[in-house]
Amino acid sequence: MMMRRSTLLTGCTALVLALGATACGGGEPVAAGGGDKSLDGRTVTVAGVWSGSEQENFQKVLDAFTAKTGAKTEFVSTGDNVSTVVGSKIEGGDAPDVVMVPQVGVLRQFAEAGWLQPLGADVEKNVDAGFAKVWKEYGSVDGTLYGLYFKAAHKSTVWYDPESLAQAGVEAPATWEEMLTAGHTVSDSGLTAFAVAGQDGWTLTDWFENVYLSQAGPEKYDALAAHELKWTDPSVVKALTTLGTLFKDKQLIAGGQKGALNTDFPGSVEKVFGPEPEAGMVYEGDFVAGVAKDQYQRTIGEDADFFPFPAVDGGPAPVVSGGDAAVVLKDGKQREAGLALVEYLATPEAAEVWAGAGGFLSPNKQVDPGAYADDVTRATAKSLVAAGDTVRFDMSDQAPAAFGGTKGTGEWKILQDFLRDPSDPKATAAALEQAAAKAYKG
Amino acid sequence: MTDTLVKDARPPAPPRPGTAPGGRSRRRGRAVALLFVLPALLLLGALVVYPVLFSVGRSFFDASGTRFIGVDNYTEMVRDPATLKAIRNTVVWVVVAPVLLTGLGLILAVLVEKVRWATAFKTLLFLPMAVSFLAAGIIFRLAYDEDPDKGVLNAAAVAVHDAFAGTSPYPTARARDGQGLTHAGDGSYRTARTVSPGDTVTLPFVGVLPKDLPAGTKRAGAAAARGAAPGELRGVAYLDFAPGGKGAPGQVDAEERGLPGMTVRAVQDGRTAATATTAPDGSFAFTGLAPGRYTLTLPAANFAPPYDGISWLGPALVTPAIIGAYLWIWTGFAMVLIGAGLATLPRDALEAARMDGANEWQIFRRITVPLLAPVLTVVFVTLVINVLKVFDLVYIIAPGPVQEDATVLATQMWLVSFGGGNDQGMGSALGVLLLLLVVPAMVFNVRRFRRSQR
Repeated sequence: MMMRRSTLLTGCTALVLALGATACGGGEPVAAGGGDKSLDGRTVTVAGVWSGSEQENFQKVLDAFTAKTGAKTEFVSTGDNVSTVVGSKIEGGDAPDVVMVPQVGVLRQFAEAGWLQPLGADVEKNVDAGFAKVWKEYGSVDGTLYGLYFKAAHKSTVWYDPESLAQAGVEAPATWEEMLTAGHTVSDSGLTAFAVAGQDGWTLTDWFENVYLSQAGPEKYDALAAHELKWTDPSVVKALTTLGTLFKDKQLIAGGQKGALNTDFPGSVEKVFGPEPEAGMVYEGDFVAGVAKDQYQRTIGEDADFFPFPAVDGGPAPVVSGGDAAVVLKDGKQREAGLALVEYLATPEAAEVWAGAGGFLSPNKQVDPGAYADDVTRATAKSLVAAGDTVRFDMSDQAPAAFGGTKGTGEWKILQDFLRDPSDPKATAAALEQAAAKAYKG
Repeated sequence: MTDTLVKDARPPAPPRPGTAPGGRSRRRGRAVALLFVLPALLLLGALVVYPVLFSVGRSFFDASGTRFIGVDNYTEMVRDPATLKAIRNTVVWVVVAPVLLTGLGLILAVLVEKVRWATAFKTLLFLPMAVSFLAAGIIFRLAYDEDPDKGVLNAAAVAVHDAFAGTSPYPTARARDGQGLTHAGDGSYRTARTVSPGDTVTLPFVGVLPKDLPAGTKRAGAAAARGAAPGELRGVAYLDFAPGGKGAPGQVDAEERGLPGMTVRAVQDGRTAATATTAPDGSFAFTGLAPGRYTLTLPAANFAPPYDGISWLGPALVTPAIIGAYLWIWTGFAMVLIGAGLATLPRDALEAARMDGANEWQIFRRITVPLLAPVLTVVFVTLVINVLKVFDLVYIIAPGPVQEDATVLATQMWLVSFGGGNDQGMGSALGVLLLLLVVPAMVFNVRRFRRSQR
């Protein structure tokens, strides 16, 4: 019996040692790389939120990188919660080399935790040459460039069914007032004007951000995003009041407020592009096109089109954006190869690979517009690049997740309450400030 | 928890040390006992005691876990409206769900005893226990959906409502603003000016999709152009919107069509003098009206929006709705446990009561329930413990906008710790509160268990 136990113990020890060895093995530091075909035999691990067709298309970019440098790549899909997954991977000693970070706030959080490797002078040169300054700033923390914005989203697009608008006899509006007037005309024709996805709080934050950016201007937008400006500021109340004129108008919102609160984002697209349209227009980012195309067989540019989010109160038309930034982790075993990958992602060449596959916008102005697969994507990409330094990153993505990114609480919940009852913008602003103060402090 | 019920099954007596009560052998016996208990103790220590102590400690630190903040998390807890809501909802759950479940279980158990297909019936009621909470949550999320096309409960509610109240022909229609029709508070429309026999009136409406018009609808132009005969009050209700937005508001243009089937009333001094229904071209006519001034009204029944059921998952009803789903899952469990208790009841007491002429209600009230009291208490306490930790159903069934209205302590603990706030200090404090709430029920159950073993 004694004998057997000791064998067991030895076996266990051996097993543990073996596991430890695999966990820690292969982590030899490497000499500087980055040249052509110089990365043979290396494997770069990339983590990101993408799955499905986005992952497939990104894989094409990675394959192009492999063809160029010889480094193998491995993509790990993290699901929605990048920061938790990456955090636990770092603690577990299994850090990916490159992470595609979907939020400014998360990038900042990583940088402050000391997890990120500065991208260095070469990448910085490329970024200076190809990107508007604002993208560099969103990728930097305290003046050091950590993140390269490879993929961007255009969140200032209002999508419509051209037939519904033609039926009502309205043209794409250029100002908020025109949009409401057009909405009333659409409503006269029998369709409701807008499908609003109130069940998904993030669509409401996007509505607010567009109105606010155009009405209050980029400086106030930045200040509010950093919580240097309080949410009780009159400009916030004014933007909420403006938004309230839309929210409280039963003619403008499919199903009224109650119906909107019971509609999720895919549902709102269905209400415009589905088999039984209830509304003429739906506001959300360029990804609406993807849903309309994949699920409702719309041909983008023919029976689904967009107009830019209109200007509010004489301000410039807003361009709110989002995006995924590539960052390199200090703890990655193939850090050098990871840096080489980010360097590659900064080139127009890499962006053009995905642009051809569709569902992708690049903030890089050197990307050839001809590379995009269809006219509408080309138009969104042009609009994004043309906006230059006036582009602003989605405010709720810049905020701490507790405020700007959590179902059922913070900004999402408060704006949903506002949609339910838009009568008191001041009280809503006060509630927002209270929630923001708590989240930004923590 | 099943162990508590099976009172006769005593565990084997603890091994007695040998007959020689020497100090040495006793010590040795103790060492051996310790050796046997050690693995269990280690596991319990690592998986229960250590996490509990860690959580208690963690609850005195802030979100980052580096700064000691004393009882701040606890004071914040009773100030934060979301947490207060969670506490309130948890109280509602604990008060309502176990009582309902024990009551339902008791009634069903007693009734099931008397039916022929008892086993089949019991199996059927117990089946939901086999469904995971996640799946049950998704099922009920769908069943409670507000859209009658998706949610079965609202589909039923709408079907019943429409069978009694009927539907309106033009739920989306509304009068063209500023074109002679005013909206009354009750959803009806009336002409802004009074009219008299000999007049022709046009009643412009918008907001109806051409495809929603009834079949056989005709253009309204000709009817509008026709003059009224002497003594006749004529008019046309029409859709004042031509495709492409062409046509002038308030005028019957060539392409515009009538709205058939609308009810129009001629009202004088608050009394309805005559009622007409519009023809396929939208025209209507009142003949034989006494001379005088009339107001034409279009009752709200023409425009009533379709009844869209009950907001099961609105802020007011969401907690009762989720408790309903919980009942669906657990009723079978309560019934089977109570049924098992029922089977062990001494038949002679029941027989004796029957002989003495007690009726079934008296037997139930005076004999069955008191004899079952121990089982009922166990079921009740077990359910209280279960209800305190309810999480999955609440998390899955409550849609985003009402999540905070439905939240209970367990969901709140998770949301605060991992659902975005990442404040694990506060989360630990909530966990400790939950622990404190469960402890009395646990102590009670353990005591009962001990007593029943003795």
